[in-house]
Amino acid sequence: MALKIVKGSIDRMFDKNLQDLVRGIRNHKEDEAKYISTCIDEIKQELKQDNIAVKANAVCKLTYLQMLGYDVSWAAFNIVEVMSSSKFTYKRIGYLAASQCFHEGTDVIMLTTNQIRKDLSSPNQYDTGVALTGLSCFVTPDLARDLANDIMTLMSHTKPYIRKKAVLIMYKVFLKYPESLRPAFPRLKEKLEDPDPGVQSAAVNVICELARRNPKNYLSLAPLFFKLMTSSTNNWVLIKIIKLFGALTPLEPRLGKKLIEPLTNLIHSTSAMSLLYECVNTVIAVLISLSSGMPNHSASIQLCVQKLRILIEDSDQNLKYLGLLAMSKILKTHPKSVQSHKDLILQCLDDKDESIRLRALDLLYGMVSKKNLMEIVKKLMLHVDKAEGTTYRDELLTKIIDICSQSNYQYITNFEWYISILVELTRLEGTRHGHIIASQMLDVSIRVKAIRSFAVAQMATLLDNGHLLTGNTQRNGICEVLYAAAWICGEFSEHLDDPMQTLEAMLRPKVATLPGHIQAVYVQNAAKLFATVLRGQEGATDSQTAQETTQLLIDRLPLFVQSANLEVQERASCILQLVKYVQKLQQKEVEVLEEVTALFAGELNPVAPKAQKKVPVPEGLNLDAWINEPPPSESDSEDEKPKAVFMEEEPRHSRHKEVDEKELARRREVRKQEQANNPFYIKASPSSQKVYQEAPGVEHIPVVQIDLSVPLKVPGMPMSDQYVKLEEERRQKERAEKKKKEKKKKREKRSRGRKADSGPESEEDITPAHMVDIVTEEMPENALPSDDDEKDPNDPHKALDIDLDKPLTDSEKLPVRTHRPPDVLKSPGEEGERAPQEPKKKSSKKEKEKKKDKERKKSKEEKKKKKHRQEKEEEPGETLPEKPVQSAENNEVAAPPATTPAEASDLDFWLSSAPVPPSNQEAPKAEPAPAAEPDSAPEAGPASEPDGPKEAEPEDAKSSKHKKKKQKKEKEEKEKKKRKKHHHHHHHHGDGGGDESVQNGTVGEEEEEEEPLPPMSNYCLLAENDYIKMLCDIQGNLQDGSQVVVSVIFENKSSSFLKSMEFNVLDSLNSKLQRPEGAGPHDGLAVPFQLPPGVSNEARYVFSVQSIVMPQKLKGTLTFIIKSEESSTHEKLDFKLHFTCTSYLITTPCYSDAYAKLLESEDMKGSAVRLEGVSMPFHHLLARVCFHHHFSVVERIDSCASMYSRSIQGHHVCLLVKAADQTVLIDAKCDESSLLGNVLDEIKQTFSQC
Amino acid sequence: MIKAILIFNNHGKPRLIRFYQYFAEDMQQQIIRETFHLVSKRDDNVCNFLEGGSLIGGSDYKLIYRHYATLYFVFCVDSSESELGILDLIQVFVETLDKCFENVCELDLIFHVDKVHYILQEVVMGGMVLETNMNEIVAQVELQNRMEKSEGGLSAAPARAVSAVKNMNLPEIPRNINIGDINIKVPSLSPF
Repeated sequence: MALKIVKGSIDRMFDKNLQDLVRGIRNHKEDEAKYISTCIDEIKQELKQDNIAVKANAVCKLTYLQMLGYDVSWAAFNIVEVMSSSKFTYKRIGYLAASQCFHEGTDVIMLTTNQIRKDLSSPNQYDTGVALTGLSCFVTPDLARDLANDIMTLMSHTKPYIRKKAVLIMYKVFLKYPESLRPAFPRLKEKLEDPDPGVQSAAVNVICELARRNPKNYLSLAPLFFKLMTSSTNNWVLIKIIKLFGALTPLEPRLGKKLIEPLTNLIHSTSAMSLLYECVNTVIAVLISLSSGMPNHSASIQLCVQKLRILIEDSDQNLKYLGLLAMSKILKTHPKSVQSHKDLILQCLDDKDESIRLRALDLLYGMVSKKNLMEIVKKLMLHVDKAEGTTYRDELLTKIIDICSQSNYQYITNFEWYISILVELTRLEGTRHGHIIASQMLDVSIRVKAIRSFAVAQMATLLDNGHLLTGNTQRNGICEVLYAAAWICGEFSEHLDDPMQTLEAMLRPKVATLPGHIQAVYVQNAAKLFATVLRGQEGATDSQTAQETTQLLIDRLPLFVQSANLEVQERASCILQLVKYVQKLQQKEVEVLEEVTALFAGELNPVAPKAQKKVPVPEGLNLDAWINEPPPSESDSEDEKPKAVFMEEEPRHSRHKEVDEKELARRREVRKQEQANNPFYIKASPSSQKVYQEAPGVEHIPVVQIDLSVPLKVPGMPMSDQYVKLEEERRQKERAEKKKKEKKKKREKRSRGRKADSGPESEEDITPAHMVDIVTEEMPENALPSDDDEKDPNDPHKALDIDLDKPLTDSEKLPVRTHRPPDVLKSPGEEGERAPQEPKKKSSKKEKEKKKDKERKKSKEEKKKKKHRQEKEEEPGETLPEKPVQSAENNEVAAPPATTPAEASDLDFWLSSAPVPPSNQEAPKAEPAPAAEPDSAPEAGPASEPDGPKEAEPEDAKSSKHKKKKQKKEKEEKEKKKRKKHHHHHHHHGDGGGDESVQNGTVGEEEEEEEPLPPMSNYCLLAENDYIKMLCDIQGNLQDGSQVVVSVIFENKSSSFLKSMEFNVLDSLNSKLQRPEGAGPHDGLAVPFQLPPGVSNEARYVFSVQSIVMPQKLKGTLTFIIKSEESSTHEKLDFKLHFTCTSYLITTPCYSDAYAKLLESEDMKGSAVRLEGVSMPFHHLLARVCFHHHFSVVERIDSCASMYSRSIQGHHVCLLVKAADQTVLIDAKCDESSLLGNVLDEIKQTFSQC
Repeated sequence: MIKAILIFNNHGKPRLIRFYQYFAEDMQQQIIRETFHLVSKRDDNVCNFLEGGSLIGGSDYKLIYRHYATLYFVFCVDSSESELGILDLIQVFVETLDKCFENVCELDLIFHVDKVHYILQEVVMGGMVLETNMNEIVAQVELQNRMEKSEGGLSAAPARAVSAVKNMNLPEIPRNINIGDINIKVPSLSPF
């Protein structure tokens, strides 16, 4: 045996290894392919051997060949063999090969499941690591499903190396197996606060990726990320978080307000350009999301623009590029501030770097105005001429067209100029954007009526010179413009001077070389021209010319009849027969004109691109209903869906019915009248064809006579440049004229009111050269207003649009292969599963709308609630009888929205505490605002103290909701204020973390039947003086059994700047503040921020504790410097940190069977406590225990519930809570009796305070 | 997300390719060619970002690259990555290579592409940035190499000897990618 091994290894010495292969390939440069094919043959031989080392070597070589482009999928099975080697060396080779060439279609992947699972649970961390890395590249839906649970376990591995890999790979698992997202999410969230920075960064990374695609589901994490942002020093993490906020702010403007300040601070303080740049980007996003003005709004914009200018002016091209990129984002909402840097941007247009030129081009889009459009386009046209390379030139071309056509041709004052530009662009060689030019020509000539005769003349010239454009007959080549030209000449042939000539041009034999679809248009429009020619000769004495025309067609059309293109052939033969028939009639001297023109009578109106999609479903038509009964195998749920859809539709239609026909007709008449009298009117209403034709006024608009010094019809190709000069003259003239005519001004003013979007004031003075009637594209009547661009249905992220705030249900557990008794520690969040599972994919539009409706309803309701709360408190007796009705209504409202009410209010609360003058908050949105900033509460006692009245409120509000419908605003406001006074102690600080989801999980079931819970907060006052207030919350650290995390909110109450804050605690034997390495045991910790007046911020401190069975107090001091304008003074504030036993408990969900087992175990010691006079509803009581004491509900039956929690050191604490007539009996068991005693005391105290 | 990492030399010869999204082999080669074409015609003093690249990407994607002596390091990333951050990441990756190979040069990448892959795996995983701390990366790579050595034990010794002999007559090519020389003025992220 040993001999065999030695022999094997000696053989191996002479096998080719990777280096030999590479060397060989380099030595065979001439016949590389041949050499490689012999190598592959060798590899095939090696793969057949039993020796795993030989196989691994072969696979390693294959990986190299794969890089050179050789398909090595035939060796997939051998790769799997190497992967399953027990040696790390070979395993690594195998996984590398697999990661390079396996993909979803590789069939041997299904053989790997067990191997990978084995590797994942290997005691060697590098085996696990290699498996994770490999899996991240080739994970399939099957693998994801089968391994999700194993990977989730690894997320809590002891080694950070494994944890970070496991966290990262979860993203891939989610993509392939979206069902895993919800069960795994709580743990992922936990990892955001992992002690290892690498793991934390990985978790941030994953959540940012997730949130980027479906931001709304992650809004509730905002407070947590905010905390991370203010505490993290890792720039990678910061960048990711800041990017994430950029994605979240559009959904929640209040978040933006909260962000502006820390971001601005970062911008000022950071030295890392990458971070600075991302901050600027997010500030821009925030400013975009804040539509209404904030006082220091413009300052922020200025800051951004100013920083960006520095970037753009930098010599580093990278920064220049990024500066321009960010600038283009500002441009959309604040064009003014960018426009002032026009010089800089025009300068970048001449940069040698194409990337930069392209970015500058993007910016130009927003720089144009009526005044400078011509000038800018002229400059661009020069660039077009100079540009090398078609890509850049094509880019220029599209940009020119984009710039000109933006916002419905808003900046074009002279359409003749624009047409000339388009015609000039047709001279570009080798462009692939012929179709864009063509569609612009069509669009302009159809929609701008006044330009038609000019356009037709130009198009006729183009057709005449068609041979110049036919050089490039490739698809989308410049010849596409002939398509437009032919159509325009045909459709608006009444404007043609010489239709005969154009007809002749269109029937030249050369035309047959054009692409088929263009020929087809030629043929069809030749027929239209024919009709025009006939009409032109109407009344002429001799019908000679008419007959000649007919003959011309008969001569030329057969060429097209022979076309290989079906469309051309069909049209040509059709028209040919028609013309022949006309000829026959002509010879009989029968009048045919009318019949022929009737063929092409009527005008074609532009139709909006989305019109078809927007045709509403007529009432009574149910597209989802079965025409025949569905096959019996279908589940019943299918039947219910269409019903809901139908019910949804109804109200919308009834709204339309409200206005009766007569009234409608009358209004239409009035409107028409108005339009006819107003030459500046741009039709904006979706006019039906009928209305359009009935409006004769359009034709009779008094058109200003233009005195042109150059004849309009330019012989040959037009020159756009001359229009620039012309326009200048015209404008000057107009200006002079205007001064004389005061009267005209009045009219102008009227028009200004109408055209709300017509740019800055100064430009208003420039009137368009023609009275332009831009016809709006048609939309079907009753078009649905929603304008959602449908997402790509294949987008894998669509499946991840999952509501993460709903409590988990049992059915959502990840599949576990082997049955094992549910482990208490490994079942996070699988609680409160009675909430009905909702369909996960909320992709359909209807559903979304439904949601929106509901939310709207909800907010309305909440508003009402607010109004009535005060009253209700005075008359609580009334509430009872009305209750059932109300709760039913509440059910309907509260069940389906994206975030459960508790969560929503949680976030709301956090957001409402933004340091923003309250006047800026929109009243309806800032619903929980009355709860005030967590920090501003004067003399806040223990957070739970004044809970009594609060409890009662929601209940009251419910019943009162429909009592009074109209309330005066003032009153509302007054009440709001009152409420503020009442409840400022209830901070429900949404510090994310565990409690959010858990509270949710524990309360979820109640929400269906009862109203949302009042907000609560664990933050309690630590100390305060005239300058500063400290609030703190103490939580156990899940990762480390001996750590407690204290979050302290510092609030600056003074009007001066607080800086150099230092936090210090006198350690006890049992508890020690964790100080950075090198710090002495009595050194204080610097607070990582400074506080401007009125601002609060949060810092976290970690304490290590040894024994957790007793509560403890630690003395501490905060020192700080108060800096006012004239002086700075040193101050200090003493405080006492109170570590309750509760703070050592961590909310841990538990299954009822595991719980039962726990109770049976003999180590558990019992104790009991009795609470008298507790008047709150049972579910509030539970929620209180859950929230303040970190328990979770295991089971609840009527007014009896079992609860569970675990200490950071692993003690189990079980409670059995029974309530009857204001008396609550708590039986408790724990494996550490003194801990239990203390916890019970604390619970008792909590309730004694209410 | 990082969609692909390509390393090729001044002639477009691939030295390492790592796609985080499946492309067939011939497509991969096409992408390399296209990317090389785009990147190679750019001067050294223009910006390191590139849009376009029809085969890989789309509007949301960017090519971010760095040119070191004879090699191009190209990352294809989407908009969720910070541009300057990725530039720094490339720098970290190359510096790590430099540490692991002791003055890395193109030849190291040619003959030890597997090792380069292993190093890359400690930096980027499945298209997401795993670690940016160079010391951490080097430490993990070294630990794994040590493990590999200990597994090889006695039986691997003769093979190593033969390989050493074979390597002796490697053509001498200047060993240096010259990381220090090329002054790429990108403000580096402080925690790196």
